[in-house]
Amino acid sequence: MSPSTDPGRPEPEATALTPTRDGRTVSDRGDTVCVIGAGASGLTAMKNLREHGFGVDCYERETGIGGGWNWRHDRSPVYASTHLISSRPFTQFPDFPMPDDWPDYPHHSQLLSYFERYADHFDLRQHVWFGTEVVRVEPVAGERWDVTTRSTGGYGPERTSRYAAVVVANGHNWSPKLPRYEGLEEFRGEIMHASSYKDPAQLRGKRVLVVGAGNTGCDIAVEAAQQASHCWHSTRRGYWYAPKYVLGRPADQVNDTLLALRLPLRVRQWLYHWTLRLTVGDLTRFGLPKPDHRVYETHPIANSQLVYYVGHGEIAPVPDVARFHTKAVELTDGRQIEPELVVFATGYLPRFEFLDPRILGDADGSGRPRLWLNAFAPGHPTLAVAGLLQPDSGLFPLSHWQSVLFARLLTLRLTRPDRAAAFAKRVTAGVGERYSGRVKDSSRHWFEVGHADYLRAVQRAMYDLEEK
Amino acid sequence: MSGGGERVRIMRGREWARPVRPARREVLSALPELEQGRPPLLFVPGFGHGAWAFAEHWLEHAAGRGFPAYALSLRGHGGSEPAPEATLRAYTHDVTQVAAGLPRQAVLVGHGAGALVVRHALARYPARAAVLVAPVLGDWGTLGAALRRNPGGTLPALVGGGLRLSRRQLFSRELPDAEARRYASRLGRAGRRAQWQLLTHRSPEPAVGHPPVLVLGSPDDRVVPPAALTRAARRHGGAPLLFPGMGHDLMLDARWREPIDAILDWLEKEPGPA
Repeated sequence: MSPSTDPGRPEPEATALTPTRDGRTVSDRGDTVCVIGAGASGLTAMKNLREHGFGVDCYERETGIGGGWNWRHDRSPVYASTHLISSRPFTQFPDFPMPDDWPDYPHHSQLLSYFERYADHFDLRQHVWFGTEVVRVEPVAGERWDVTTRSTGGYGPERTSRYAAVVVANGHNWSPKLPRYEGLEEFRGEIMHASSYKDPAQLRGKRVLVVGAGNTGCDIAVEAAQQASHCWHSTRRGYWYAPKYVLGRPADQVNDTLLALRLPLRVRQWLYHWTLRLTVGDLTRFGLPKPDHRVYETHPIANSQLVYYVGHGEIAPVPDVARFHTKAVELTDGRQIEPELVVFATGYLPRFEFLDPRILGDADGSGRPRLWLNAFAPGHPTLAVAGLLQPDSGLFPLSHWQSVLFARLLTLRLTRPDRAAAFAKRVTAGVGERYSGRVKDSSRHWFEVGHADYLRAVQRAMYDLEEK
Repeated sequence: MSGGGERVRIMRGREWARPVRPARREVLSALPELEQGRPPLLFVPGFGHGAWAFAEHWLEHAAGRGFPAYALSLRGHGGSEPAPEATLRAYTHDVTQVAAGLPRQAVLVGHGAGALVVRHALARYPARAAVLVAPVLGDWGTLGAALRRNPGGTLPALVGGGLRLSRRQLFSRELPDAEARRYASRLGRAGRRAQWQLLTHRSPEPAVGHPPVLVLGSPDDRVVPPAALTRAARRHGGAPLLFPGMGHDLMLDARWREPIDAILDWLEKEPGPA
């Protein structure tokens, strides 16, 4: 019925063909907005743009929706046991609640079914061109954009369409980041990035070293504790391992109770430390390094099981890796261990290959765009990046409000150009703003945000935009 | 009690920190034999009523005209889980839960105080359209009318008892007495706190997605005064559709067919979110 599985780009219908770019025809899509990616952020961008009366074309390189949360996709980072680390109220879209008979922390397969229901409920699939990847996005006169696409994998001819606006929602958890270590090439054991970790069977019976104490690293360390013959867990520093439940409630809900009471950060930190001391206790007793920062100063790690397995001797905490030898790994404290498998849970890097980095304010090519609200680029009022955030909560409500703000901005560009111009000034003035308290190692956590700080800023931006 | 002036609220600390506890919900439905691409309707009964009130006539009738029709019982009503401490927020949660669980974007139809619940739900779910049937939107005028016409049923509610509606408030004289009695005997009670919130609630936040809203009722409704109907319709930029001679319970009264046909006609004409 719907042509959406055609591996092509929408055929130009009544719109005019104007030969422009490199002698190829460019089909003019009029006021239509282009959305890149049909993951969580792309879906909510489509839904909100359509709700505000815009036509949308979405390009998705995979053959299904859900982006990284669809385990069938080859770039998906999820593994068999992935569960949410933020509880339901922080994860669901604000206008499409998850079923309340689901657990506090749903499984990734439930999340995918949630996105599929969202797409069906709002009839979004008909606007998605599956199996199509975006090659280039270039600004053209009139603050419009030429988007060049082709079939995923580079087959078939390239096609270019012209759009009134572009939402970049290509995700940031698909391009693995591998740190450089001396001697890594000569290491004879198996090496794996967490992105290719799918199933605990990959660890069974092996001596495993897990590098990295992000949420993924901790999850894998816990699974290694259950499956592997030995598990070392290497971390650069001490962290706060927050349990997923405090006082019988999801920890993030307890935390937001304090936020709602508007307690200052210092008081919340003090309460948090005190609660952790009462429940988890002194981590140095377990041989874990003492955290060198206060809680809320790094991306939160929600894992109730890590400390438990350390206490059972199933996980041996070790310091950072110094270098690799043929058969052994040398740690910064001089010790040598001999793992058969090293899993690097060292994170991912955001990438926007189809876009000139300067457009996102990344003049020196560092891979770190400089935007306002992590979404708006100065000088490009018809471009928005959705979901380029690392919040201390679920991401999807934040993407939702980003795209609502963008849709309202696009509406006002037509009805109240003065308002839109004032917004553009605000973008230029606020570029690079941060939305969290002090963050340890903030160059690494450059897109870390506190959900309350961030949403408050978005709310302010929306009120300023629409002030009568 | 103004509707449109409010601004969208992004910070929802209480909803994040204290989500509504789930409660088992009764949902009745009647589906058309052939899927015709029409939006699903979700009927939300008012205080004291359950999904049964719509299952009597309206669900089947809507399905007969090609609309998938669903009705829920708010917690504490009908076949849903008992909930004496329910609040307006919990009722709103029940509606958004059922609406988001439907296969496609739904039209919310609220009757009586259910219309107030629908107005709150519209701020948390982008409905395709909304219909407010004999809406009790909770103001002092409605309370005055209720006190005048049914002091025995209304006064206890003011001191924490259950709000009781009499047969004569709900139905016209055209409805055979036996049926009126049967319906009246099925009436339950809303939560005490929710009853109070009819008067004390904060005005609903703006609806998401600009759904078109239809208001209808009866000038002879002995619960909702005509002035309240006009006020409700004006808030959504229209005039109420009126069905003279009918009681408050338009879906159960003798001439139940007229209002539901008017709703379905409107939905067939309505081009979608305004």
